Amino acid sequence: MGALKKKTGVYYGVNAILTVILFAVLLFLIDSGTLSRYNTTIITNVCINVILAVSLNLVTGILGQLVLGHAGFMLVGAYAAALFTKNIGLPLSVSLPIGLILGGLLAAVFGVVIGIPALRLRGDYLAIITLGFGEIIRVVANNLKITNGAQGLGGISSLQTRNNPAGMFIYAFAIAALLIFLSFTFGRSRHGRAVLSIREDEIAAESMGVNTTYYKLFTFVLAAFFAGIAGGLAAHQTGMIDPSKYDFNRSVEILIMVVLGGMGSITGSVISASVLTLLPEMLRDFDQYRMLVYSVILILVMLFKPSGLLGRYEISIPGLFQKLTGFIRKKSSGKGEAQS
Amino acid sequence: MNFITQTLNGLGLGSIYALVALGYSMVYGIVQLINFAHGDIIMVGGYILYLILVNLGMPLWMAIAAAILVCAVAGVLIQRVAYHRLLVHNAARISLLITALGVSIFLQNLFMILFSSNPRSVPTLIDFGSLSLGSLAIPSKTVINIVVSVIMMVGLQLLVNKTKIGKAMQAASEDTGAAKLMGINTNYVVAFTFAIGSALAAVGAVLYCNTYPQISPDMGNLLGLKAFVAAVLGGIGSIPGAMLGGYILGVAETLTKGYVTSTAYDAVVFGILILVLLIKPTGLLGENRKEKV
Repeated sequence: MGALKKKTGVYYGVNAILTVILFAVLLFLIDSGTLSRYNTTIITNVCINVILAVSLNLVTGILGQLVLGHAGFMLVGAYAAALFTKNIGLPLSVSLPIGLILGGLLAAVFGVVIGIPALRLRGDYLAIITLGFGEIIRVVANNLKITNGAQGLGGISSLQTRNNPAGMFIYAFAIAALLIFLSFTFGRSRHGRAVLSIREDEIAAESMGVNTTYYKLFTFVLAAFFAGIAGGLAAHQTGMIDPSKYDFNRSVEILIMVVLGGMGSITGSVISASVLTLLPEMLRDFDQYRMLVYSVILILVMLFKPSGLLGRYEISIPGLFQKLTGFIRKKSSGKGEAQS
Repeated sequence: MNFITQTLNGLGLGSIYALVALGYSMVYGIVQLINFAHGDIIMVGGYILYLILVNLGMPLWMAIAAAILVCAVAGVLIQRVAYHRLLVHNAARISLLITALGVSIFLQNLFMILFSSNPRSVPTLIDFGSLSLGSLAIPSKTVINIVVSVIMMVGLQLLVNKTKIGKAMQAASEDTGAAKLMGINTNYVVAFTFAIGSALAAVGAVLYCNTYPQISPDMGNLLGLKAFVAAVLGGIGSIPGAMLGGYILGVAETLTKGYVTSTAYDAVVFGILILVLLIKPTGLLGENRKEKV
């Protein structure tokens, strides 16, 4: 047990170092101008989509409940964060973090309001209630004065400026890294195991004393919180909020990232979110058929590999490295690694 | 007087919701699946009606018959291709839901590519002016909607309670495993349920086109969502419940549109869903089923 703990610690350390290296390399490439403004925007969008996919995976993969209104939570967070930074009159470097947290909190409040009626019950009510929420929140945003109606909210200042090209990237990357770390520790914690038990068998979990409503609500609200933050990031990245961009198709796009990557696999979500953000950029002509292809992929994956391409498997670079060295050692000495 | 007119219009709108809700409710009763594609079946029905009526210039009765037939076949096809494998393997419910969602997105985007996303206007189908009751003039579309939906429900009740296949449907929804052991071909029953549900959706599509003469590839989205709320409100799995839920929802929506807000009336439907789930999750006429381990 002690050895296992030590190994996990080493894994976390190695992963932290690798993350910092990746961050430093990207930051250097952006700051030095090697990556154009356009490419920087795409990389930031990758980070935002990673946040969305990983947070949705907490509910869909680890808890096993379908959420069809992730874009709705984004929209709430986007408006809250943007209205805050626009009206508070503080420099953006101060107001953006507060605005993002506010956006996340407001999305979380909405999550509680629609989560309580749906998650008290057993069954698929969360799917339909979040679907309704995503549709209705857009209708409401289109008709409110404070959100500037259907024209959307413009004139949101962005940290990504000529002098500071990596401004938004730093935030998006840091939050994505934090969320991934949180998801891993959550999945292995006492609370995470409670959530997993609900996915496996809700009745059994309840009879073992797991407060199912609490844990379901907790996970859902956590995901809503991060979706709100991602919405705030997206609003400040593009400088405007167009409510029609946060529609049902956007929610489905995030769901596809989770399903393809593997329901329950955090690294799977990261990879598929990255690929599915970069791919449409490269295949612009194909845009018209994108949703059609996505829907066929959804059906095929569900029919032939219901847990998603990676399933619950996690890719781990230190683990991969250890397997590789273990394999080499086994080959050279023929003893295996039983002693280590 | 205005209030009565509004209520009657609400009943007319509710009739459409009710017909669609019946399909949701029946499918949910047998395979416990929220068939997201059901709303899009209405859209398919609307387009078939339009194509045969306008593009081919055939008479109305042929267009209606074709819409019903195509929708029923499409329903069975969707069940066979997309859901059958998962149902047989007893897959996780979330897989079924995601597949249903995939079918819904597929249908919508297929029709968007085939017919563009622009809405098309449907010519008037049936219009005999209006029915006057005293000083009240009820538009023909409202009369047709209510009459057709009531006929459909009575027919469905007879089918479910009096015929052999109807009793098989009841048995399968009560306990699929036991029904299978009693010699009921549950695969056939499930396919039949999808066919009936989709045919009812096609009737709903005809009424919809008669009431709001416009079709678009995404018309099934909100219509499907509202019909599902109607099914939950009435008690999912219950046929009279689905009708009752549809009527209540239609009236609530029309009255909100008339007296409260003309823009955000869709939010009322959502509010009703939240209230039902909070107060009486089994719906008005639904039975409380105990879960067995």
